[in-house]
Amino acid sequence: MIFQAPLNHVQQTVGVIAGVLVLATCIRLTLQWMNPKKNYSELRARIRSWYVIAGLLLGSILLGRREALIFLAMVSYLALKEFLSLIPTRRADRRVLFWLYLSIPFQYYFIGTDWYGMFLIFIPVYVFMAVPIRMVTVGETKDFLRALGLSHWAVMISVFSLSHLAYLLMLPSSHNPAGGGAGLLLFVILITEGNDVAQYIWGKLFGKHPVVPTVSPKKTWEGLVGGVVTTSVLSMFMGPYLTPLHGWRAWVTGVVLGIVGFFGDVSISAIKRDLGVKDSGNWIPGHGGILDRVDSLTFTAPLYFHMIRYWYY
Amino acid sequence: MFQVLFFALLVRPFVRLIVGLNGYGMDRLPRSGPAVVIANHNSHLDTLVLMSLFPLKLLKKVRPVAAADYFLSNGVLAFLTRTFIGIIPIYRKREGNEADPLEGVYQAIREDCIVIFFPEGTRGEPEAMAPFKLGVAKVSEKFPEVPVVPVYLHGLGKSLPKGEALLVPFFCDVAVGESVTWKNANAQSRQELVEIVQAKVLELKKVMPHQAWE
Repeated sequence: MIFQAPLNHVQQTVGVIAGVLVLATCIRLTLQWMNPKKNYSELRARIRSWYVIAGLLLGSILLGRREALIFLAMVSYLALKEFLSLIPTRRADRRVLFWLYLSIPFQYYFIGTDWYGMFLIFIPVYVFMAVPIRMVTVGETKDFLRALGLSHWAVMISVFSLSHLAYLLMLPSSHNPAGGGAGLLLFVILITEGNDVAQYIWGKLFGKHPVVPTVSPKKTWEGLVGGVVTTSVLSMFMGPYLTPLHGWRAWVTGVVLGIVGFFGDVSISAIKRDLGVKDSGNWIPGHGGILDRVDSLTFTAPLYFHMIRYWYY
Repeated sequence: MFQVLFFALLVRPFVRLIVGLNGYGMDRLPRSGPAVVIANHNSHLDTLVLMSLFPLKLLKKVRPVAAADYFLSNGVLAFLTRTFIGIIPIYRKREGNEADPLEGVYQAIREDCIVIFFPEGTRGEPEAMAPFKLGVAKVSEKFPEVPVVPVYLHGLGKSLPKGEALLVPFFCDVAVGESVTWKNANAQSRQELVEIVQAKVLELKKVMPHQAWE
């Protein structure tokens, strides 16, 4: 009932993703066969984790909207937990942090019941105030502002930003006969991840001039421009296939997501640099932490959602 | 049987998903007994996390040391810890000249078990390591060829510290170090061995990203 006839495009996309993963395995096996002495266990772990990530994401999308919402709520939970584990926290704030976790079921409940207004304001208005209210009742003033700011940022990127992915599933599919809510979601994930890969490859091939040398010396103008151009082309092809986007709007969406995806990535990099860690964790074998995986999405998801909504809904 | 189900259905999903582990050097964990795994102690969760690192097949052979005065203090708790965890009870406060309090540990090692031991003797202040007691050296001296595997745990003291009932999840970092035996450590005294293994545990702190908890 949720996904009607348009499901076909989503199913086809899932098939293509599965094909790409199988291709990746074949390439790894070929590499291993050509260089039997070289150790490809890192690559193997990385590809294996991709199977798990894609399997859980696509599996939950195909199962239905509720399952997909639960999966995305879990991603928010893991991202929030990883963020809170990375930053310095005060023992006095245990109960405040517990409230931050509680914001996840509320936020996803508002999404699941299609309560758009509450979805939008719950975190920026209510959680925004609840955190200092709980903190002053605890009464610890040393490092108060730091703890407050860290809490707000934690919940903004891991719950508010990422939950926009979930609300895509609630947008009426009558406006998007090509792919329904699932198509909207797959599009932004594929564009964001594709943009990361394209920027990496362009940077590897032609990279010379760093964009933000103090944060990410390996991120270059050549990689950024090449990546954004690639992403905008990809967006023009995939837009009409999975979303209502077409023509110049598909192109603009590709350009905007390419650029903010880059900044989402380097913002998390800057945080990691500030904290003196290389990866945000090593929970996902071969990938690092959850935040390492969703860093670009924390910026692309809300922006894409509001562009789409402004234009078509 | 109950223990395997308890770990497969409850402890493992809880430890892997709700808490979450970042593991470092996990291939250094012993794959068979006898062995002694020592770790810093911050939380009741320490034992569950350490036990869940081992394959379910091995679970019967993995036995954590626990304070009898705490865990056997009432019937329900005693039943649960014995059935589901398989603790080796230690009587911390000795009255008179009874048997060696570590006798249960010796027995477990003779039965090729992997004994989990917290040499600090108590959870103490969360995320602060107290000096190790001599017990671990006593065990090592008695079994000079049994490896002592150092483990450092970070984060569980934040998730569930002593004296708190509310779980606030944080990722748990687990680092496993190279094992030591009485024989290859060339320790002259128990005190010396304790210092060696304590240094090994503290060294592991450096491999993980570490944030202060004020």
